[in-house]
Amino acid sequence: MNVRAVIAPAALIGALLCAWEFSAHFAHVPEYLLPTPVAIGNALVANAPLLLVSAWRTLAMSLEALVVAAIAAIGLALIVSLSQTLDRAVRPIAVALQVTPVVAIAPLFVIWAGVDHPDRAIIALAAIVAFFPVFSGTARGLGSADPDLERLFDLYGANRLQRLLRLRVPSAVPFIVEGTKVASGLAIIGTVVAEWVAGSGGAQGLAWRILEAGNRLETAKMFAAILALALMAAAVHVAFLFLERRALRWWRGR
Amino acid sequence: MSVAVLEGVEVVYRGRGAALGPFDFSVADGEIVALVGPSGCGKSTALRLLAGLEAPTRGAVSRAAARGETSVVFQSATLAPWLSARANVSLPLELAGVARGEARTRATAALERVGLGAAAAARPAQLSGGMAMRAALARALVTGPRLLLLDEPFAALDEITRRALADDLLAIWADSRPAIVFVTHNVEEAVYMAQRVVVMTPGPGRLAGETYIAAPLPRPPGFRAAPAFREGAESVSAALAGAMAA
Repeated sequence: MNVRAVIAPAALIGALLCAWEFSAHFAHVPEYLLPTPVAIGNALVANAPLLLVSAWRTLAMSLEALVVAAIAAIGLALIVSLSQTLDRAVRPIAVALQVTPVVAIAPLFVIWAGVDHPDRAIIALAAIVAFFPVFSGTARGLGSADPDLERLFDLYGANRLQRLLRLRVPSAVPFIVEGTKVASGLAIIGTVVAEWVAGSGGAQGLAWRILEAGNRLETAKMFAAILALALMAAAVHVAFLFLERRALRWWRGR
Repeated sequence: MSVAVLEGVEVVYRGRGAALGPFDFSVADGEIVALVGPSGCGKSTALRLLAGLEAPTRGAVSRAAARGETSVVFQSATLAPWLSARANVSLPLELAGVARGEARTRATAALERVGLGAAAAARPAQLSGGMAMRAALARALVTGPRLLLLDEPFAALDEITRRALADDLLAIWADSRPAIVFVTHNVEEAVYMAQRVVVMTPGPGRLAGETYIAAPLPRPPGFRAAPAFREGAESVSAALAGAMAA
């Protein structure tokens, strides 16, 4: 990797942290308003085991939601690809689900899941958020096979099932992979928002840690939890970039 | 006997107007015909009519070659990127219900026929342009077609590769004698490969002229310098110039 690509952002972040630390000291900003980077670091270390467990909870719920969303989205896109009428019928509902803010429907899901199972509501909500990119990617991919290959399948007298399984599904693979990558980020956002709205300690994810620390005015701990969340999301992003590249290499053969 | 006949066919696309015709054309068993004309004259449309991939707006298409007896090669190799060269070539057989093992054996033989035996396991992304076109040719030949249709098959290749492929195609033709119709806008290529060169007018394409090339197939070495080649090329060029001026 390019050394400058590592050093330049590290230097900038370091400089910003120093400026933050010193200005907070000299301006006497109270700890509960803006804790210093050193205080945040201490909170991060002190709460590391708790934050790690919570990050794992949020990550696990996000990934479960992603799996649910991907299975449902790919399945529905496959069914819808068989008939244009069906596609037209489903589209508006899918779009409506996508444009409705997850915060707005979250309380409903919390009621349906019941007070004892906030995790079910959270996974369902995150799955709804993650559903659309996989669905639209798959649907687009299934319709994007090379037109000349489609003509060859006509010429060879392929039936509908052969065309679907041997042409359209393989053609859609890069689109499905890309949609899933986008969905992985959305699943985390969906999980955090849903945890937030569920607002109970039942799920014990990172959003709950932020909420809890905020209620107690433990601002440094809040920052530590936010930092943990950002690091986790970044790790997931990098992991899916890597998986995407591997999947495309497998698909293309190099 | 004619393998495929177009009688007074016209193709009109909604919103884009007339693309072809009225146009009459026929190709006999074992004959090699080149379709030459300016861009947008409907050459590719005529080819799709011959393949039965499209129906004419007016006129009649009759095809003696059954569905499985027609093969098409497009301008780009059009290989499935997720399949090896061998799997690409065996695809037409597998879709027709040939058992996978036998299909793969025949695909390997077809790849060897076009000089790609060593690259059977390679993916399209690992093949050069010329190799990919050879694989596409192998896929077209694997079913033992009676009618082989090629739509500017060598247009994207460099001169050396396209000459090598032209000679290979003629050698393959000498083996199994399929009827070949190929579209090109390269006059030399048409004269070198075809027994008959059909020149079309700018779109909507009609017949502008027809030239028979009097030389045995496959062409003798040095044919490009022979009087028959020059005469043929001049006659085709003249017909093309006349079509453009009209």
